[in-house]
Amino acid sequence: MNTYTDPIEVVDLAVSYGRVTALDGLGLRIAAGTVLGVLGPNGAGKTTLIRVLSTLLRPTRGTARVMGHDVVADPLPVRRSIGLAGQYAAVDQELTGRENLEMVGRLYRLPRAEARRRAGEILERFDLSGAADRRVGTYSGGMRRRLDLAAGLTGRPPVLLLDEPTTGLDPRSRQELWSIVDELRDAGTTVLLTTQYLDEADRLAQRIAVIAAGTVIAEGTPDTLKAGIGTDILHLHLPEPAALATAVPLLADLAAAGTTVTADPVSGDLTVHVSRPDASAEALRRLDRHGVTVATIQLTRPSLDDVFLSLTGRSATAVPEEAR
Amino acid sequence: MSTGIVIRGGRQRLTAGAVLHDSRVMAGRQLRRTLRRPTYIVFSFIQPVIFVLLFRYIFGGAIDTGATSYVNFLMPGIIVQTAIFGALVTGLGLTEDVGSGVVDRLRSLPMARSAVLVGRTVADLVMNVFTLTVMIVVGLLVGFRPTQPAWQLGAAFLLVLAFSFVFSWISAWIGLSVRNPETAQSAGFIWVFPLTFASSAFVPIATMPGPVRAFAEHNPITLVVDAVRGLTIGGPAAAGPAVRALLWLTALLLIFVPLTVHAFRRA
Repeated sequence: MNTYTDPIEVVDLAVSYGRVTALDGLGLRIAAGTVLGVLGPNGAGKTTLIRVLSTLLRPTRGTARVMGHDVVADPLPVRRSIGLAGQYAAVDQELTGRENLEMVGRLYRLPRAEARRRAGEILERFDLSGAADRRVGTYSGGMRRRLDLAAGLTGRPPVLLLDEPTTGLDPRSRQELWSIVDELRDAGTTVLLTTQYLDEADRLAQRIAVIAAGTVIAEGTPDTLKAGIGTDILHLHLPEPAALATAVPLLADLAAAGTTVTADPVSGDLTVHVSRPDASAEALRRLDRHGVTVATIQLTRPSLDDVFLSLTGRSATAVPEEAR
Repeated sequence: MSTGIVIRGGRQRLTAGAVLHDSRVMAGRQLRRTLRRPTYIVFSFIQPVIFVLLFRYIFGGAIDTGATSYVNFLMPGIIVQTAIFGALVTGLGLTEDVGSGVVDRLRSLPMARSAVLVGRTVADLVMNVFTLTVMIVVGLLVGFRPTQPAWQLGAAFLLVLAFSFVFSWISAWIGLSVRNPETAQSAGFIWVFPLTFASSAFVPIATMPGPVRAFAEHNPITLVVDAVRGLTIGGPAAAGPAVRALLWLTALLLIFVPLTVHAFRRA
């Protein structure tokens, strides 16, 4: 069956280990050449989803297709379509970086010379040429993670599965990995990336699926997800706290449903959860018209952490360890 | 890149050639890893040598093996024991690979999954050829004197290698079933001691008490050791134990290869 529309299609996927349910009716799809960020706390089922898509784990129910191939019924073409890299950096510590990549190339059944050429090419691209002939055991965490990703790309897969690729990396290595993901997407690779870092999903993904307890609880672009719970927060500082008496009633109808304008009569600070994107500009116009002077203006957007909190009623970090 | 794949029953499958190719790549990887750890190689040679010296010079004088000198009696037994110990690293290595995520990487590639197991057991077999060669040289130095024709000695060597290969699969199954490296370490070794000592490897079984003796008589290790003794230093006919030993090995292989493949799928 090669009739498919999207490179990854997951329908009603469920996985249970004994009495533990890791995935529970999860569904998602990813358009070609885009990055989907699967965002969720530990235990939400992110790793389980990756393991099903990479044919490492058979689902209890539901279907998952990669490039139109069912992961259970026809796993071999799925394996030929995917590159897998993740938080565990699955490279052989005893071998050199080059040997690792040559081995993977040969397991794609490239001829020996071709596997060698390809390994050299990827090492160059991932800035690992200098360390290519050193044992991986001597690599830094960031280098190891790059090599792991390089191994996943050896077969030039159209689909890349990244399981928390930057967990535990220092900020510089994170940035490097991010720009590699950008490049791959620009080159047309479809990427599914799991993360528990909200800024990472925001930075890399065109769409985000928030998962909790094995199912998707919200899905959309980073902006629509944020808009869904609200809204920008306008912080104003008035040099004359007395002017608050004029200002607060002026802005009352701009506050989002269920929120009120809060004011601190001592400092002159005023905070509004604005109801619409254009409300901030409107607030400033009204204040200006009524002669209220504003000293500082700050607009903050809700973080994805706020998104998570509002969707699940709990913080993204306050959830028990992932059952693997 | 599509070489090695055929479509059968509506799905893509790997050809036998691809399985062979992948097994060779995996065996190459394992040998390269081993060669990179010279201290490991040295110690894996030293351990059996120490066993030979201990048994030959400490227990040897106290063990009555009748007309046969103890060193001639001992060497076939200790060679077989070395083959088992050499096979135990298979399970430990696989547990390590599962733990480090390397197995996940390999299982996500369009390679033959069985090649991971075949490659590993074959690589361990190659290492055992070297270990056993060292053992034989040490044996000759401390007075081991095979009396039988060269083809019989060759047959004995092959029998021991086959034995070590089968035990590699048993060890692989244990390693993949327990998963945790520390558990694999102890679970991998405990069953080997009663199995090798309650056999004809180090002492004649005639001196053992009834039930132990009954166990020892049917122990496949006894059969292999007796066959190797017959093939190297003569004495009671080698053919009987050799045939029974081969039957045992075939049966064990038929049981443990599918068990191991199954455990690997779930690992």
